[in-house]
Amino acid sequence: MRIESKTAFESLQSEARARHADAQAEIHVCCGTGCLANGSKGVAEAFAAEAEKRNSNGGPPLVVKPTGCHGFCERGPLVAFKPSGLLYTKVKATAVSEVVEKTVENGEILSRFLYKDPTDKSRIEQYSDIPFYKHQNRVAMRNIGLIDPTDILDAVAEGAYAGLAKALFDMDPDQVLDEVETSGLRGRGGAGFNTARKWRSCKKAPGERRFVLCNGDEGDPGAFKDRSIMEGDPHSVIEGMIIGAYALGSHEGFIYVRDEYPLAIVNLMIALEQARAFGLLGTNILGSGFDFDIKISRGGGAFVCGESSALMLSIAGKVGEPRAKYVHSTAKGLFDLPTVLNNVETWANIGAIIDRGGEWYASMGTEKSKGTKAFSLVGKVKNTGLIELEMGTTLRHIIFDIGGGILADRPFKAVQTGGPSGGCVPESLLDLPVDFEKLTEAGSMMGSGGMIVMDDRTCMVDVARYFLAFLIEESCGKCTPCREGLRQMLTIYDGLVEGRGKSGDIERIERLAKGMQLGSLCELGKSAPNPVLSTLRYFRDEYEAHINDNACPAGMCRELTAYRILEDLCGGCHACFKACPVDAITGEPKALHTIHHDACISCGACFDVCPDQAIETFPKNTLFETEVV
Amino acid sequence: MPTLSIDGKKVAVPEGSTILDAARAADVNIPTLCHHDGLEPWGGCRLCVVDLWQPGWDDDWFKLVTSCNHPAEDGMRIFTKSPRVVETRGVVLDLLLARCPDAPLIQNLAAEYGIEETSYAKREEPDDCILCALCTRVCDHLDIAAIATVNRGAGKEVAPPFHEAPPDCIGCLACAEVCPTGCIPYETSNSRRSIWGKEFEMLRDPATGQAVITKAQAEFFAGRNGVPGAYFDTSDTSKRREMAKKFVSLQILE
Repeated sequence: MRIESKTAFESLQSEARARHADAQAEIHVCCGTGCLANGSKGVAEAFAAEAEKRNSNGGPPLVVKPTGCHGFCERGPLVAFKPSGLLYTKVKATAVSEVVEKTVENGEILSRFLYKDPTDKSRIEQYSDIPFYKHQNRVAMRNIGLIDPTDILDAVAEGAYAGLAKALFDMDPDQVLDEVETSGLRGRGGAGFNTARKWRSCKKAPGERRFVLCNGDEGDPGAFKDRSIMEGDPHSVIEGMIIGAYALGSHEGFIYVRDEYPLAIVNLMIALEQARAFGLLGTNILGSGFDFDIKISRGGGAFVCGESSALMLSIAGKVGEPRAKYVHSTAKGLFDLPTVLNNVETWANIGAIIDRGGEWYASMGTEKSKGTKAFSLVGKVKNTGLIELEMGTTLRHIIFDIGGGILADRPFKAVQTGGPSGGCVPESLLDLPVDFEKLTEAGSMMGSGGMIVMDDRTCMVDVARYFLAFLIEESCGKCTPCREGLRQMLTIYDGLVEGRGKSGDIERIERLAKGMQLGSLCELGKSAPNPVLSTLRYFRDEYEAHINDNACPAGMCRELTAYRILEDLCGGCHACFKACPVDAITGEPKALHTIHHDACISCGACFDVCPDQAIETFPKNTLFETEVV
Repeated sequence: MPTLSIDGKKVAVPEGSTILDAARAADVNIPTLCHHDGLEPWGGCRLCVVDLWQPGWDDDWFKLVTSCNHPAEDGMRIFTKSPRVVETRGVVLDLLLARCPDAPLIQNLAAEYGIEETSYAKREEPDDCILCALCTRVCDHLDIAAIATVNRGAGKEVAPPFHEAPPDCIGCLACAEVCPTGCIPYETSNSRRSIWGKEFEMLRDPATGQAVITKAQAEFFAGRNGVPGAYFDTSDTSKRREMAKKFVSLQILE
């Protein structure tokens, strides 16, 4: 089973590609985390049972593959058919025998499983014609959804480890470095540091022993791209790390994964074992004489352990607290030895760059941000999911063409990018081409590629408060500005959303934000004020409304908001009556309903269920004024 | 020897020095809270921030760094009183004053930066711990590691494991001694000592009845450094007396 030469690897490739040549069809059932939650495991099992039944009768076999995340989580469980290119959405296990009989056997398309375009209501058959997929360009995620992540031959058939074979046999380590430099690849973990420059500075550092690390501690709320890569195509990460190790002369690597990603850990472990068995990892890789192996280090799920110095301490078995990086980790990293740490997505790009060339990669993207970027698109958008696009794509294209626009066609308000270290980008900047520089200029950042879309019913003060509440839990507490600053910032925000805001609050927030940016030890603390500062920059009027008028313009802050039913619009459907958790609504079916403010807790349940948009919000303080009058 | 300027004063320091070392050599005061000369620099309190300019940087480009752990390098220019240094230290002290409103050390430092009253919400149950981690670091340094910081973020505190009497504590009081705000409570007498909820028996000098150290401490050092156990049986006072007697007898011989 061990592959001992380049030719042997090439014959393995052709063997792997020929494996399913005689199949009647391949059925790819998405078993990413989102689809699994929707029951795709049962769907995959049902297909496998059907296939077994049919295959035992002879004839061209049916191949069923549980694959990684296809990205279109909103419509799961997803089932794709090859070679036809058909995509079925929201497939239930109970419908599987019908699908096999009608679609696979007789080529009949069951339109109820086809994706329905939300704009023109048309049904789309082909995977590649669906707008969500049509506009994507996948490099890091090139094989996700196409392969069974627990079967290395599947990955090899799709081109995995071809870049490694090329690097080991046709290139010397410096040529690999040059190729990565030509590609212009920048770190996908958030800060966008030039990958080749990082590698070179590690290579220059003196020392016999050096490490190659992978950061899989993705922890931003709403981000799941690294998770999907590790779950759906662990080989792309492993291949990238081996190539990196070859370029740097390293023989030991670690993948740091948070323990909340159990499927990623299992799939990585299977992939590592299979790669070792095939001689792609371990001693004398592919017979080249190069040795490198990877261990998995499971993190306890602290957000701060995604920070490089904290991550390295955590791997070393110490408390994950950042340290000053006046001496870079490329010179003094894990165990105080030279170390290169890159993000999952960065490593996943390396194999493709070596295989297809740095110039090919650099031909995509913008002047300073080359290639493609994965994003997790979530929030109030119709098509939530995981996407990968060329750098420089505009926010408008991402949200409206790929994302399909805002849920219930409400007005767009802002998009939060970069997680808790990022910021909110308003409607006026929708045509912003997304790259590292442009997002930073807009007061946000690339971060780990999370994009949370918000509609007009989102209170920007509350959004900033949400991120502060997240960060106060996740700050390691080592340095004063971050630990104490977040606590004080949150106290001020609690006042704002509860109607206790006072003049001077904005100035106190700004002073604190500046102190935290300048004084904090690590990037978590330095960037913690970004959600605050970006919402202040673009939505200052909302802050002022909270402070001066005790009003929440979005009608979301419970303490400041009351609800009422508009007489002209109420159809008497009784839905709000049923939805109200505190019986604050009265009214007979087919008659006007009324909200009683003394009992109402402003939860908004009635607002969400009303089919006639007959419920509106208004500032709570005006309610008391009218009562007094 | 790297030569650098601190607020315009030229100073040369040995290789391996920090900016804080250089400032001290130049007789420029930089306030610190989490720094101790006997321990590795930590960079947690952020009070010792200074503005740094290095050769090769644009003339108007400065970086705010902590002086306690930043290496001093040749040609550096350090500014310890720039407006943003003063402002950042002010925010740090303002925040610490909200955390520890009753700690005289913090009150005095804050007053030096013009802060008499904190502009932020005082802690509901204030204590004087500023989380400088000197106590846990000195305990680690002695290879005891009986206490540690536990939890993250706003919930962080110094505590023994599981908030129970720490099994590894030897009652040496190093943590309480090193605490800049003196907020680690302990009781000690000639017969017993208690700290972190743990009781210790004292070794007493047979001659004077005076407490020497805790029995656990004597055992720890005897076991680790090969110091004879009997060394701790007598107090320093008794040892001095013995020595004096010896000198006296020597003089008489002469």
